[in-house]
Amino acid sequence: MSELLQVIGLTKRFGGLTAVNDVTFSVQELEILSVIGPNGAGKSTLFKLIASFLRTSSGEVRFRGERISNLAPHITARKGVVRTFQETTIFKGMTVRDNVVIAHHLRSKASLFGYFIGSPVAMRDEQEFGRSADQILEFLGIGEIKNEIASNLPQGHLRALGIAIGLSTDPTVLLLDEPFAGMNHDETRHAVEMVRSVRDRGVTLLLVEHDMSAVMNISDRIVVLNFGEKIAEGTPAEIQRNEKVIEAYLGIEDESIGL
Amino acid sequence: MTRTIKIVWVVVFLAVLLVGIPAFITISERWDLYYTLTSVALLSIASGGVWLTFYIGRINIGQGAYALMGGYVSAILVVKYDVSFWLTLPLAGLFCGAASVLIGLPILRLRGVYFAMITLVLTEVARLLMLALPITNGAKGITSIPLPEAVKIFGLTLIPDFATLSNVKPAFYYLSVVLMILSFAALYRLVNSRLGKLCRSLQQNEELASSIGVNIAYLRVIAYVISSFLGGIGGATFAAISQSVYPSSFTIADSINFMLNCFLGGLGYVFGPMLGTLVLYFGWDLLFQTGEFQLLIFSTVLIALILILPNGLLSVRFNKVSRESAGRE
Ligand SMILES: Nc1ncnc2c1ncn2[C@@H]1O[C@H](COP(=O)(O)OP(=O)(O)O)[C@@H](O)[C@H]1O
Ligand SMILES: [Mg+2]
Repeated sequence: MSELLQVIGLTKRFGGLTAVNDVTFSVQELEILSVIGPNGAGKSTLFKLIASFLRTSSGEVRFRGERISNLAPHITARKGVVRTFQETTIFKGMTVRDNVVIAHHLRSKASLFGYFIGSPVAMRDEQEFGRSADQILEFLGIGEIKNEIASNLPQGHLRALGIAIGLSTDPTVLLLDEPFAGMNHDETRHAVEMVRSVRDRGVTLLLVEHDMSAVMNISDRIVVLNFGEKIAEGTPAEIQRNEKVIEAYLGIEDESIGL
Repeated sequence: MTRTIKIVWVVVFLAVLLVGIPAFITISERWDLYYTLTSVALLSIASGGVWLTFYIGRINIGQGAYALMGGYVSAILVVKYDVSFWLTLPLAGLFCGAASVLIGLPILRLRGVYFAMITLVLTEVARLLMLALPITNGAKGITSIPLPEAVKIFGLTLIPDFATLSNVKPAFYYLSVVLMILSFAALYRLVNSRLGKLCRSLQQNEELASSIGVNIAYLRVIAYVISSFLGGIGGATFAAISQSVYPSSFTIADSINFMLNCFLGGLGYVFGPMLGTLVLYFGWDLLFQTGEFQLLIFSTVLIALILILPNGLLSVRFNKVSRESAGRE
């Protein structure tokens, strides 16, 4: 295994508030790494920094040794590091299938003008995207709703669609921010399997998640943030035994971190 | 709609525009209709541009600025540099397109009411510029613009010199209608290609669009450039028809009308601005007899229409067919 993604001394200040404070860790190729921590710990901010949605205050993110922080989001995405959102974000007014087709953007070979005149390359792209979209939708088990308008979907399907959009970009690293939020027990179990199978397709996964049993179940390693600082890093078993982690979660029901 | 039905519609539409209307005007001797319909065609070209900026999720109340700019570019080139109108037409479009890159880059980052306000100001700035610049001849404007000259290739006359025509009105009508057909054919193609989906992805969620790798700043500028190009050629043709252009040829009121045309026709339908312009233009004229109440009645009806049909007039006809493309955030 090799270090695919390195987060080095990453810091983000919003005015007087340090949302992410000198955080360092690295992500191995093909692992599932979860970032946990109480609300406001800086997890979403960390993801935004990695995906260039925010500019860093200091520190940097390296992907295969190359700096990818402080670029534009679409450039970071082009390099293979793609983020989905904590808020369920999709293209609301489009069908499920169109959502996924459009998300194949990074794979397009034709130019914008090529699409306009319908060049052979563009036609091939369109066919290819359609085929791949159907395949991804089947793979995530939402093939039968592909003609629904996305805004009509229930929560569970929305999350699946969010993941489908992420997958369509053919990412090397996919950042999932709270992919199981709002799901019931069964949906979560199904989604955990889904995330695993995404990894088995060759995608390295970083996720932020609150559902502790899901996190303990799915993660190879866990990074714990508290008030913007990394307080622990290790396997699920190590994290469950970690004093600092237990302290950070004091006041929260024990079982909620699976202790 | 199936392919054949579409083709039938297009053929009928073209036949009405290119044969039916001129025949009707000749028979009924309503020559004034030529001027009205020419204006509608040109205004819908400019409105089509505004519609495209709506399609990427921006409320554009600045099209008057580009129409004005296009009018002046063409007029100045024709009058001062003796360039053929036919060459100034694309040049006016390109000039506006280039200007809109410079203007669009900073302002397209704004959204919602902020973008709308800036574009509104833009129209006024354009008017003041035309008053102040040395080349635009101030408030007196540019007048006595010669009519479009002939276009000849190898001695073969493709387009006759408009000045030699006994009646120039039909010539301008055909010019404007053909420009309108070409503009809307291009818009239709754009919207129904992958480009259209990309534009809609911007309209619905710019952040997500950028996270799937769409260069949103670039795409926004492209859409805005096309929009301004259409405004420019609309304005240039207007200047040629009226053989004059003044700082007040296109004002904030025009910019607002371009936007209203889109609203009225339907933001989800590419042919919406065409219908909207037609209805708004004729509606305004019909109310002329009501005198001082013209504006009051006009605005009331407009507000009512927008409330009753938030997706525009075309939503009545195509409700089922393109519910999806009408769906806005
Ligand atoms: N754009 C912003 N401006 C100012 N403060 C922010 C901004 N985004 C996040 N914060 C603050 O940064 C801290 C971390 O937020 P966040 O990363 O969303 O936490 P988490 O995802 O772990 O719940 C919070 O205190 C939040 O209020
Ligand atoms: Mg968060």
